[in-house]
Amino acid sequence: MQEVVKELEKKREAAALGGGQSRIDVQHSRGKLTARERIELLLDEGTFEEWDTFVEHRCTDFGMADKTVPGDGVVTGTGMLNGRLVFVFSQDFTVFGGSLSEAHAEKICKLMDQAMKVGAPVIGLNDSGGARIQEGVASLGGYAEVFQRNVLASGVVPQISVIMGPCAGGAVYSPAMTDFIFMVKDTSYMFVTGPEVVKTVTHETVTAEELGGAKTHSTVSGVCDCAYENDVETLLMVRRFVNYLPANNREQAPYRPTPDPAERLEMSLDTLVPDNPAMPYDMKELIYKVADDYEFWELQPEHAKNIVIGFARMHGHTVGIVANQPDVLAGCLDIKSSIKAGRFVRFCDAFNIPIVTFVDVPGFLPGTSQEHGGIIKHGAKLLFAYAEATVPKVTVITRKAYGGAYDVMASKHLRGDVNLAWPSAEIAVMGPKGAVEIIFREDMGDADKIARRTEEYRRKFANPFVAGSRGFIDDVIAPHSTRKRICRSLAVLRNKKLDNPWRKHDNIPL
Amino acid sequence: MFKRILIANRGEIACRVIKSARSMGIETVAVYSDADRDALHVQMADQAVNIGPPPSAQSYLLKERIVQACLDTGAEAVHPGYGFLSENAEFRAALETANIVFIGPNTRAIEAMGDKITSKKLADEAGVNTIPGHPDAIKDAGQAVEVANRIGYPVMLKATAGGGGKGMRVARTDAECRDGFERAANEARSSFGDDRILIEKFIEEPRHIEIQIMADRHGNAVYLNERECSLQRRHQKVIEEAPSPFIDKATREQMGTQAVALAKAVDYESAGTVEFIVDKDRNFYFLEMNTRLQVEHPVTELITGLDLVELMIRVADGEKLPIKQADVPINGWAIESRVYAEDPSRNFLPSTGRLVYYRPPAENDHVRVDTGVYEGGEISMFYDPMIAKLITYGADREEARTRMSTALDQFVIRGVSSNLCFLSALIRHERFISGNMTTNMIGEEYPDGFDPSAGELDDPTITISVAASMLRYYRDRAAQIDGQLSGYERRVSQDWVAIIGGRHHPITIVPVEGGFDVTIDGKINTVRTGWAFGQQLFTGTINGREVFAQVERVVQTYRVQHAGRRSDVSILSPRAAELSRHMSVKVAPDMSKFLLSPMPGLLVSLSVKEGDTVSAGEQLAVVEAMKMENTLHAERDGVVAKIYCDAGTTLAVDEKILELE
Repeated sequence: MQEVVKELEKKREAAALGGGQSRIDVQHSRGKLTARERIELLLDEGTFEEWDTFVEHRCTDFGMADKTVPGDGVVTGTGMLNGRLVFVFSQDFTVFGGSLSEAHAEKICKLMDQAMKVGAPVIGLNDSGGARIQEGVASLGGYAEVFQRNVLASGVVPQISVIMGPCAGGAVYSPAMTDFIFMVKDTSYMFVTGPEVVKTVTHETVTAEELGGAKTHSTVSGVCDCAYENDVETLLMVRRFVNYLPANNREQAPYRPTPDPAERLEMSLDTLVPDNPAMPYDMKELIYKVADDYEFWELQPEHAKNIVIGFARMHGHTVGIVANQPDVLAGCLDIKSSIKAGRFVRFCDAFNIPIVTFVDVPGFLPGTSQEHGGIIKHGAKLLFAYAEATVPKVTVITRKAYGGAYDVMASKHLRGDVNLAWPSAEIAVMGPKGAVEIIFREDMGDADKIARRTEEYRRKFANPFVAGSRGFIDDVIAPHSTRKRICRSLAVLRNKKLDNPWRKHDNIPL
Repeated sequence: MFKRILIANRGEIACRVIKSARSMGIETVAVYSDADRDALHVQMADQAVNIGPPPSAQSYLLKERIVQACLDTGAEAVHPGYGFLSENAEFRAALETANIVFIGPNTRAIEAMGDKITSKKLADEAGVNTIPGHPDAIKDAGQAVEVANRIGYPVMLKATAGGGGKGMRVARTDAECRDGFERAANEARSSFGDDRILIEKFIEEPRHIEIQIMADRHGNAVYLNERECSLQRRHQKVIEEAPSPFIDKATREQMGTQAVALAKAVDYESAGTVEFIVDKDRNFYFLEMNTRLQVEHPVTELITGLDLVELMIRVADGEKLPIKQADVPINGWAIESRVYAEDPSRNFLPSTGRLVYYRPPAENDHVRVDTGVYEGGEISMFYDPMIAKLITYGADREEARTRMSTALDQFVIRGVSSNLCFLSALIRHERFISGNMTTNMIGEEYPDGFDPSAGELDDPTITISVAASMLRYYRDRAAQIDGQLSGYERRVSQDWVAIIGGRHHPITIVPVEGGFDVTIDGKINTVRTGWAFGQQLFTGTINGREVFAQVERVVQTYRVQHAGRRSDVSILSPRAAELSRHMSVKVAPDMSKFLLSPMPGLLVSLSVKEGDTVSAGEQLAVVEAMKMENTLHAERDGVVAKIYCDAGTTLAVDEKILELE
């Protein structure tokens, strides 16, 4: 007995050291923390309980037989995050470069299986050189086992990936299928093929950072949802982020009491929309001013900025926010923004998070690049996502709601529950100028006539009342009362029940 | 008395005039350009008339429009405020023709004082001190010495075509004068192609002190004491006060008497200001007379108890001045800070846009806020970027100053940049506290501009206490989330580490009734506050002393701005703090060699190409933002190494335009 206890302690010590002190020092010198240090920061102090500390790889080729480290390069277990249960795995770069062996993959799979059974989020901290090449196909099989579980867990428990080092090749597809990707600036990167391969195949010279660093993925590709300066900052922000998410798809999004009154009025919103319909304004001001405690967690803030997505709370309850951004590209919908918002709407719907939509959309972005890029199918993703969503949907039209884009943005016709409009709302097929140029084409030579017709059209359609008369909007509200009205609507909708017809799954235009 | 008056102005001064008129029972008419449709002065007035498009030249400066507005609304008199048409003799004449009263001086006074040469001549004749000098260009070094001796050293030799300090020399002896003349002339010849040199008395440690006068058309005129406006940045007044901490009773009387003499010389009527430059020995010399209400008039009102706008309206209506010189008091002290929409850390670049948050300090007997904007309003690029005037009053200078520093800490402005931090720093500057300022002070003390986050805090207690309180509020809130696993609920620790400027301070935060006890480096600080999430202003007491700080949570740090200083504090668990030492310190790349777009806009043109040699001050590019063209200049000498954007590129703020090497 005594001996076993000693052996246990020895193994625990060995496991705690991972790849050894010198490798830990190297990890630190790169501004990175170790797998265990990261878990410590992620979870409530002292709440981590580790599993599979003693798992070792079974590879005997290429001299691996005598090179074993307890845990085999990944630390897995459970812990609390603000008292709520989460499942965590953290790859240990100090052990074989965090490479994924069959045993390593099994640990992750075991964790995910359990997380799905109990209904708790899975948070993966990725820092891995890739497949354990010595193991060959066994390692590849391991990846696929993880992928399979990512897919099965999708829409069942929230999955968050935090990229804290390299993540290359097939390894990227596990994070890619999770719900959110966080990255650490300057010390993490993700790509399917690295700079060397790129150089060989396409003769392009590119750095790892340019190819797949946090900056690239937060701006250009949209792969990354949130990026932060370093390990400490990133992990503390993940902690904060998880507070918005339910534990699983059977639970309501978490409630957290707020001192912020639901009835709060914001007089300054009455002047948010400029008199001139061509003038931009910042939709985020509206979001911040109506949300609880003036807080909004924006996702992908630097990517497809013509649409804004993220989480906020309304009177304590998590909501997903989707908003056109008139400050960028006049807030029009294009390929990137449709993909960005479409996926977010589906996440909210999967996890019972009500969706609040702020609309100021002049239409879809015209042009060959959009049409040839497939805006038809990509735009349909957002339309599809809104139409299939059964969670409470509250929509506020602040200004333009033109054409097909009006339909897309959580309109009444897509089962919008409460659709409100500001007095500045213009719900029409298109702007007055464009409309007149088509309807009164014969008058095009006569500027006076056109101006008169435009004014006539503006008076008739550039207001919320025509839509109101059809019941397409439920009420016209004062901008300053927006928070009050949204909170009230969400309260009314809290027990909403709506089911889509049974099917194996839908066929969203991917 | 008039039944209805029109205010031919906008912004705070229009609002200010409306207030006085209203208290006198006079109806008010506002005028506004298209850009001011929703402006505060339009809302405050009994009626408002649109007078044209946003540019002043097409609206506020159009005499005919304003005269027409008077006729249309039946306004019997016009108050011009300051700026715009306030010193425009033709406007006054046009009103007269239309039989409308101009609330201000007569045409002759406006014309005479509007001309530098005439006004100086008139001042001389009225026995007002003017800067001694020689009226004509100096022929040679010999004459320079002769003139200098007549004026008395030190003297200033300056090129008639001069500017930017070039061709200027100060001489204190005959030898310096002779040498200085040659050098100044040479410099002037090479810089301006014109070597004519003038000589005048050099004013050492100059201060700007001005006398407020008020006169009626019955020949009565009084001076309402002085205002000191020495704190200026590029000839723009920043902080003004009354009385001046520098001049004595005798000097005040002399200045006042001379100012009144000048006013009488032109049959002055209404409010006016005689500006003097004062040297270190309290010699004062006439600069100019402003024939209008000044921006800084409130400080005079606070120490005299007079309403200058009301007096202006009364004398314009033909009433006699209700006060005699002997009755003009100096009660206490008043200080005014001009709050501008400008960014001190970007070389005071004007900032325009929407006032996302605008919460001035509450007004009371000691705090006055003259403003023309409101939360959700707009700072337009078409007009002066002044947001408000913040005026504080006290029994003595120190009381007024302390109240100003508190009021500046309380003032919340978001959406546009403001100079609040800079004002805070000035008001706390040792030279301001001692009253030892000159018109050169800002240039001397802030040669490289102003950065509120530069340098370490002497005492981080307040900053850390504020941040610690916020942190605890956030953590306690997070701990209230539902769905926690029974038996494993979140408990918020008391032990933390505050990191500020790279320094780690172990702290404890203990919630107590009404706040927190924050122990920093072993010393307990009692923080009492009712701060709520999302508020930009932290209000409370720390160790019994009232504290106001501007706060913001930025990712994992708390940005605290207090007393003209801005600091980022991060508060981490002891373990996180320890691990944070492994994090790399990222050095922000040196951007000084780049020309960055100061605002979002369109690159209209580039004035240089790669390989060009440029010198500091040279025009590099023109950026159009919101239909305004902004010229960007080189901040240093160099060679254009690389150009990043072509003309026609849409620029984001801070986007690289070109690189100098």
